[in-house]
Parts: sequence; C-alpha cells; structure tokens
Amino acid sequence: MTAEAIIVDGLTKVFNKNLVAVDHVNFSVKEGEIFGFLGPNGAGKTTTINMLITVLKPNEGNATVCGFDILKQPSEVRNCIGVVPQEYTADEDLTGLENILLCADLYGIPRETSQKRAQELLALVELTKFKDKQVSTYSGGMRRRLELACGLINRPHVFFLDEPTLGLDVQTRAATWNYIKLLKKEYGMTILMTTHYLEEADMLCDRVAIIDHGKIVVIGAPEELKEGLGGDIMTLSIKDGSADISDVIVKVPRVKEVKKQDGTYRIKVEDGEETAPSIIEAIRTGGHTVTRLSLTKPTLDEVYLEYTGRSMREEEEAKESIFSQRVAMRRARSGQR
Amino acid sequence: MSESQSNSRNPLHGLWALTNRELKKWYKNPFLLFMSITQPIIWMGLFGKAMNIGAIFTNFSPQLPSLIPPVYQDLIKQSISELSKQVIISTFGTADYFSYMSVGILTFVVLFTTMFSGMSIVWDRRLGFLNKVLSTPVARGSIIMSKVLSAVIRSLLQAAIVLGFALLLGLTPGPDFTPLNLLGVFAALFLISIGLSSIFILIAIRSTRWETQMAVMNLLNLPLLFASNSLFPTSLMPDWLQTVAKVNPITYANDATRQLLLYPLNMQQLIFDFTYLGMFAFVFAAVGIVLSWRYLSK
Repeated sequence: MTAEAIIVDGLTKVFNKNLVAVDHVNFSVKEGEIFGFLGPNGAGKTTTINMLITVLKPNEGNATVCGFDILKQPSEVRNCIGVVPQEYTADEDLTGLENILLCADLYGIPRETSQKRAQELLALVELTKFKDKQVSTYSGGMRRRLELACGLINRPHVFFLDEPTLGLDVQTRAATWNYIKLLKKEYGMTILMTTHYLEEADMLCDRVAIIDHGKIVVIGAPEELKEGLGGDIMTLSIKDGSADISDVIVKVPRVKEVKKQDGTYRIKVEDGEETAPSIIEAIRTGGHTVTRLSLTKPTLDEVYLEYTGRSMREEEEAKESIFSQRVAMRRARSGQR
Repeated sequence: MSESQSNSRNPLHGLWALTNRELKKWYKNPFLLFMSITQPIIWMGLFGKAMNIGAIFTNFSPQLPSLIPPVYQDLIKQSISELSKQVIISTFGTADYFSYMSVGILTFVVLFTTMFSGMSIVWDRRLGFLNKVLSTPVARGSIIMSKVLSAVIRSLLQAAIVLGFALLLGLTPGPDFTPLNLLGVFAALFLISIGLSSIFILIAIRSTRWETQMAVMNLLNLPLLFASNSLFPTSLMPDWLQTVAKVNPITYANDATRQLLLYPLNMQQLIFDFTYLGMFAFVFAAVGIVLSWRYLSK
C-alpha cells in the first residue's frame, strides 16, 4: 500500500459536451488523513467524488484509490472504499438492520460476518434499539447514522462522505462529527469529505482543498490557509484621535500592514495574541494610550470567500440534483414533525 | 486486502440480495399485492362475463315462417344452435369465451406487473440508491437482472392467484389438460415476463424522469394487449393487424397457455411458441445485461 490513499491526476469531466464540471484536477490524499473538499454549489465536488468512487467515468485524466486504478481496476476500488452519498439512500421500506445487511450482500460479505459486523456498527452509531424499525420512521439524524453504518460494512480503507451533515440540526451535526472522529480512530481510515460548514472542516480536516468552477484554487492545512491570508486582524483606537501613529505600529515586529480608518487602526498581524502586548508597549512608549483593542482570527470562511469571491451562485443546477436535495431535506426533517 | 478475498465473488449473492429487496417492498405492502391482483380479476370478471359471445347464439330463437311444419322447425333451431357452437369453437378454440379470455388475462397480469419494473429503476436513480449500489462491487448485470427477476417472481405469483380465481369463476380446462400442463403454463409465463420486464427496464435504463416512464407505459400497454390474441383471435383481424400480432410475443404466450389449458394439444405449434418466447426472453435479457455495463452509470 502506498503512503498516498488517493492520487488524482488531471481528472476532467465534461457534461453535454460543453459544461466542464471538473477541469484537470490534481491532488493527493495521504493515508489516514481527513481531507476536506470545499466549494460552492456546482463547483464540481460531487462530480469529482463520483469519478473517484467509479460511478462516473472521467473524460480525461486518471486517479488511483487505495493504489488501484479507477479506470482499469474499478472492482478493486469499489471493494476498498465506503461511500456515504449526499442523499439518504437507505430503503425506506426496509428496517435499519435489513438495509445494512443489504449493503453487506452487495460486497459479497458472508452472512455470519455481516451479521456480526452489522450489530457492531449499529451499536457504534447507537441504532441498536431501532434496528428492526422501518427506516421511514427514522429521523434525519438516525438516517444519517444508518448511512454511515452502511458505508462502513466492508471496513473500507478510504471513506467518502458527501455533505454528511446537510440539513441536520446543530446537535445532530455535532453528534455526526463525533461519530466520524470515533470511526476514524477505531478503523484508521482515510476520509475524503465535502461540506458547506466551514467551521466543521476547520475543526476536523487535516487538509482542505477549495474547488471552484471545476478547478482547485487552493489546497493546504486549514491553519496554513488562514495564515496565508496575512495573519490576524487587530483593530485599535487611541485616546488622541487626531494623531497618526501608523509608523510607530508598523515598526513592531510581526506587524505586516497598518491602515488608519476613521480614527481606528486596522492592523494585519502574525500571531495576534503574542504581538498585541508589544504593540501596546510601543504605543505607550510613543506617548499615547490605547483605549480599545480587538483581535479577530481569520476563519476558514474568510479564506473561502477570498478564493471563491463573494458573489452568490445562481448557476442552473440539474433538476435532478435539486429534486434529490429536496427529498434529502424533507427526509432529514421527517423525524421532527 | 485479506478482507476482500474472503468475500464471495459469486454474482448470485448480490443478485439475490437486490431481488430480495424488491420483493420485500412488495410483500411488506399487502395493499399493493391486493390491488395488483384485484385489477385483473375485475377485468376478467367484467369483461369475460359481459362479453358473453356464446350467448349471442344460445339466446337466439328465430321466428321461422309458419309454413314450415313444426317438426322441421325444431330441427332447424337445433341445427342453428349446433352450428353456432361450432362457430364459437372454430373461432376461439373452446366452447365458451370466458375460458378463452381468462387464460389471456394471465399474460395481461404479466404485462401489467413487468411494466412497472422500469419505474423502480427511475426511482432508484432519483433517490440516489442506484449511485450507492454502483459504488459497490456488485456486478452491473445483477442490478438489472434483480429488477427482472423480482418482476418475474411477482408476475408468476400473481398469475397463479388469478388462475385460481379464473377456475373458480368458470374456466373449464380442455380435454387434454393434465395438472402437469401447469408447469408448461408457468414456463411460458416465465419466459414472457423475462422478455417484457427486460424491455421496460431497457427503456428506463438512462431515464431520470418517471413522467416519461409513465407515458411510455401508457403508450405500450394497450396496443400490446389489443394487437395480440389476448381478448380476440387474430384470425378475425385485418391483415395488417395480424402481422403486428404475429410479431407480438404476447400472442405466443397466449397461444402456449391456451394450448396447455384449453385446446387439444398441437405439439408442433407449442414447440414453435416456446422457441419464439425463449428467443424473445434471451435476446432482451442479454441486451439488458450488455447495456447495463455501458449505460447504467453516466
């Protein structure tokens, strides 16, 4: 097994001959890493995942998953991955346990093994009590957990999660992420996931890639990307509003940029917490008094907006995907009526 | 990788799992089962009994001119009734229309059950289930064949129940009938249901809209039924319609089942029927499997 769980090389998908959904994408995911795929709707996240899980054929380029070629060895790839799609795909008319066993059968797992594993996974996602209830009675969170259990039945090396928390309330989202962390610890998998909730990506992912218009615009650890923006933002005001002390502040080590706006200073600074005392000190030495100071750490949201722009996305989405999203949302809420 | 090696590579494992899923959806919903059996029984009861073609002659009592002596009058009436019986037998191959029609209903049950098999693949695609299945190592052909197989099993069970009702309502088996013939009847229904469900699944294999699927079903079902010998013998149809009916596999399924249940057995014709049905089933099932390799994923 290579140290890289996924290697993507120039992967391209064109729909209807002119809509380039994924445009020569390159990246790799290390063994044991949680890799986040971020981007606006229609950016090409799900299309990329669908190619990696061998459901869609790329028009150009190739990739290996667990060391297997997605074009030449699709069954080997399918055997070593687990997938939790955006939609709730469990069969409504079957019970939770029946759904898990169905997934196991699709991998050809012998019944004795799958029975044992199913019980284990049901316990892990805390659905043991509901295993014999029809999925149509499940709440959104329970369905999501069932999807997780189904995706894990073959002990995958690489686990694909497409919007695992879409449409869930805050509690259920938090719980879902706890399961994901637990699962990773338990089985040591590599995880590739997409999400719209950037604070979650920040918290969980070892590395993220921001994808827009089918291209990866930036890739790196969340910390790195946030620092890449130029550090923390400090705003401060001093007692004497008319004086300009910008040149005093800019001389403090690790201060990168100072701007005075309406009597307040906006300072870009590295390691804000540690630099703040030296800035205050420098100002006091210059004979002024700081009256107000605030420090904001850049969030992944800012990184995201920096790279993808602030304009709203109003691209036409396939009717099909809107439909399935609607169904997903409705099902997510079905338990909360 | 020791894990994946211990897993079975037997394609039947996944095929049966997927088939079983479809069947569970069906038998866990007794209302659906009830409705799908009630419909053909109502058709059979209303249509088969209302179109009492034999009664046209038996209720016919002609007013003969009074100059014919009464002795001959009875003779004439008797021979008219005898003639009419022969007309019916030569047209339908059996003395009563209900028997003729109720056997045709068995294929009708198969047609209406298999028709919906394409629908379920559209739903699986729309709800994302198909994508999840495609991401597992299960054989692509198994995905298609599970739909076919579940439609076949459902058709045969429903046809068996409808056949039971037909016997209760007055279906009279022919002179050559033995219980062993039932095996042949179900073999014919088995073949026609494989072929028909494969066709309906093929139509749906790329489709994402169930509206299209509904339109296709509505377009196909009645023509398939009427351009066959299900309700009326083809020999009385105009030439062009006879040509259509001769290609229609439903005609051969009906002929085979009627041979086995009603008619004096014509072995040569029966063998031809089964050959035609066998080819029909084989060709469309094979096309379904081959296209599933190419077209199931986009």
